[in-house]
Amino acid sequence: MRLIKLVPDDTNISFLKWRNIAMAFSILTIIASIGLVAAKGLNFGVDFIGGQMIQATFTETETAPISELRDSIGGLGYGEATIQRFGDANEVSIRMRLPTEAESRPEAANEMTEKIVSTIRTDHPDVRIDGVESVSGKVSSELFETGAYSLLFAMIAISIYIWIRFEWQFGVGALFALVHDVALTFGLFALTQMEFNLNIVAALLTIIGYSLNDTIVVFDRIRENLKKYRKMDIIALLDLSVNETLARTVMTSLTMLIALGALILWGPDVIFGFSVAMFFGVFVGTYSSVYMAAPILIWLKVGPDTFVPAESDNQSAEKVGGPEQIG
Amino acid sequence: MLDFPRWKVISISLLLAFGVLMSIPSLIGESGQKYWPSFLPNETINLGLDLQGGSHILLEADPADVATMRLETMEESVRAEMRRANPRIGIGDISRKNGVLSFMVRDSTQVDAAREVILPLTSGAGLTGQRDWDIEVRDDTRFVLTPTAAGLENAVENAMETATDVIRRRIDEMGTREPTILRQGDNRIVVQVPGLDDPEALKALLGQTAKLEFKLVDFEADPNAVAAGRAPVGSQIFPYPDNPAGLPNIAVKRLGGISGDKLTDAGQGFDQQTNAAVVNITFDSEGGSKFARLTQNNVGRPFAIILDGQVLSAPNINEPILGGSAQISGNFSVESANQLAIALRSGALPVELKIVEERTVGPDLGKDSIDKGMIAAIIATVAVLTFMVVTYGRFGMYANIALALNLFIIVGVMAMFNATLTLPGIAGFVLTVGSAVDANVLINERIREERRRGRRVIQAIEVGYKEASRAIMDANVTNIIAGVLLFMFGSGPVKGFAVVLMIGIASSVFTAVVVTRMFVALWARRARPQELVI
Repeated sequence: MRLIKLVPDDTNISFLKWRNIAMAFSILTIIASIGLVAAKGLNFGVDFIGGQMIQATFTETETAPISELRDSIGGLGYGEATIQRFGDANEVSIRMRLPTEAESRPEAANEMTEKIVSTIRTDHPDVRIDGVESVSGKVSSELFETGAYSLLFAMIAISIYIWIRFEWQFGVGALFALVHDVALTFGLFALTQMEFNLNIVAALLTIIGYSLNDTIVVFDRIRENLKKYRKMDIIALLDLSVNETLARTVMTSLTMLIALGALILWGPDVIFGFSVAMFFGVFVGTYSSVYMAAPILIWLKVGPDTFVPAESDNQSAEKVGGPEQIG
Repeated sequence: MLDFPRWKVISISLLLAFGVLMSIPSLIGESGQKYWPSFLPNETINLGLDLQGGSHILLEADPADVATMRLETMEESVRAEMRRANPRIGIGDISRKNGVLSFMVRDSTQVDAAREVILPLTSGAGLTGQRDWDIEVRDDTRFVLTPTAAGLENAVENAMETATDVIRRRIDEMGTREPTILRQGDNRIVVQVPGLDDPEALKALLGQTAKLEFKLVDFEADPNAVAAGRAPVGSQIFPYPDNPAGLPNIAVKRLGGISGDKLTDAGQGFDQQTNAAVVNITFDSEGGSKFARLTQNNVGRPFAIILDGQVLSAPNINEPILGGSAQISGNFSVESANQLAIALRSGALPVELKIVEERTVGPDLGKDSIDKGMIAAIIATVAVLTFMVVTYGRFGMYANIALALNLFIIVGVMAMFNATLTLPGIAGFVLTVGSAVDANVLINERIREERRRGRRVIQAIEVGYKEASRAIMDANVTNIIAGVLLFMFGSGPVKGFAVVLMIGIASSVFTAVVVTRMFVALWARRARPQELVI
């Protein structure tokens, strides 16, 4: 049986040749993402800004009476509603920001929801309310805070772990790669104005975990090669390490993208944003493990001496294919 | 490598078999569980509210409300105790401003006696001897009672504790299955009720404090003053929306009333004359005799039925009510009367609870999510399995078997802990599928590499597993870190995702590294391969 090989056995691509251009490009995209977030803002869901979201299906009409709903809900005096198609033509999501009095009365969000639901029910007896979310300003700002902290802590905790397992230069490299992935995902959400809610924070945390898989595999190989080829030029060594792990990187990212692609195409509508965020995160995470994490090691002057004390000469004298006993 | 001792094979197999066994009750569904022998484990995974439909409601109490109520209660007790003192201690100029209670003792010679009376009211209930209130005397006759922080904290804690119990009783009365009621933080309660038809009824029930009071109407009060909201001495004003006299308020006597905590039962019924919906209540013996006395002494006068600070009705007492049971009339529908009866039966909430977060998912949407989630999960799994076989052949097959076992084990472990599967949890499954193969990809690529470098088959496998394990371990620890943070900071469904993720990571490391290694070792021992197709 002949097996498929996506990546030929002995690739020898000079990835690091492009490191300056790639780094410039990466930094530009990070700045662009931050700029996008600043300029367009994120389309926060009710999780983070409070308010309510109602999902409704109109069971006896083919298309939802969106403009009618807009009028009747607008007439309640809570301001403009964001009404969107959601899934099929007869399904809508109705989003409202917190009512003005919510500042002093935390339960106001819930009261607004009740009023809107009963208005819709009266006007359209065929309506089926599929889901209701109403979040007060206090709860939403707490969710926002914990979400932001969890992202921050995750990045720091993981970088510290890398620092302990490898060396500080690797920790910095990993942190840089993480900032890149997270910033770009934020940028994507600012650009597309997809709803940014708690699920997206979950996706970002997962991206942080997984995007680091790639980085760690490359780092692990760099560490190994640093011990093995003590005289080798650092750029050549990084290139070698990236090439040696390339087949694995491509395979893993591909299986992840297959799984996530299935979620995007056939998964429930509710987690569409989550799946898109993950898909994008895996994609940029693969790139950043090569072009963000590794070049930083050059600038931070990682060399064979980085790991000096622990390893002795017999490691570097290891003969390839030698008959040594393991395990 | 080749010597994979028998005890290891047996223990790994047993572990796998156990995981698969644990997963079966969850997978065969409710209809299949009937045929599942009862001596086997029968724990199942819970479906989250987002999958089966239901309501998640977060209730919050305002500690300031508790503080206000404590002040009111303190004022009442001070008034009562001073009157009961012998000789009676005259007090005046009571105020509850700025969170402190202050009053003046009219006769300055009675200051010490007054202090003696108040002292027992202000000491804490705890064993630590902490005071609940600080007493201070200013300008010789003015007492100032300031609540201590510890006392207030204690009061909030007690109120929340009682509130949780009351809510549990109320929801049990509704007859819904498996509600979850949990304290959260200092002043919040989470209520989760799966598979709910009518979330509005639940919310109405939870939003009702159900503090019932019977007080005599102050019929001598000047209607104009009452309308303006000014109460005569010894009376207080309550809103009365359904007042037949047309006034928005009514004045009632401050003292001599009965509160609803003396009830033993409440039920919805109909008024015999008007056929309107009413609530029938029964007092306990103490409440019953008190009620009898109240009605005996006030025949012909009106008394007000006050619920949560609003007067429901103010009927005349036609004759003494001696039997210990009474009827509450008001502007009720059958539903609202029934709801009030439930609320009264389960007791009043010690503090008003406000709904600050609600997430309700209808059963149709939940079912739709499950169906689509399953389809996506199956497609993803099949695609990845195929991909692995065409890329790694025999070793890919081993990885696939490990992956399948992995999925069973995740379900099994979740069932064992009675964990909840949420919609993001299904995404967690899909991700596990995508990443579980990562470990095997790492191993297999490394074996390929070692072969290329000229190692012999067995040795290449050996080195492949050894070298890859380090990276696998590092990669998964970082994932665990992310998972732990997700669990700590996530709420509801996100927590569910974190659980699946963490169980998935642990179990996939086991299946991808240990189990595939066992397969490979057993095969290599039997076949003694000189060549390796990988």
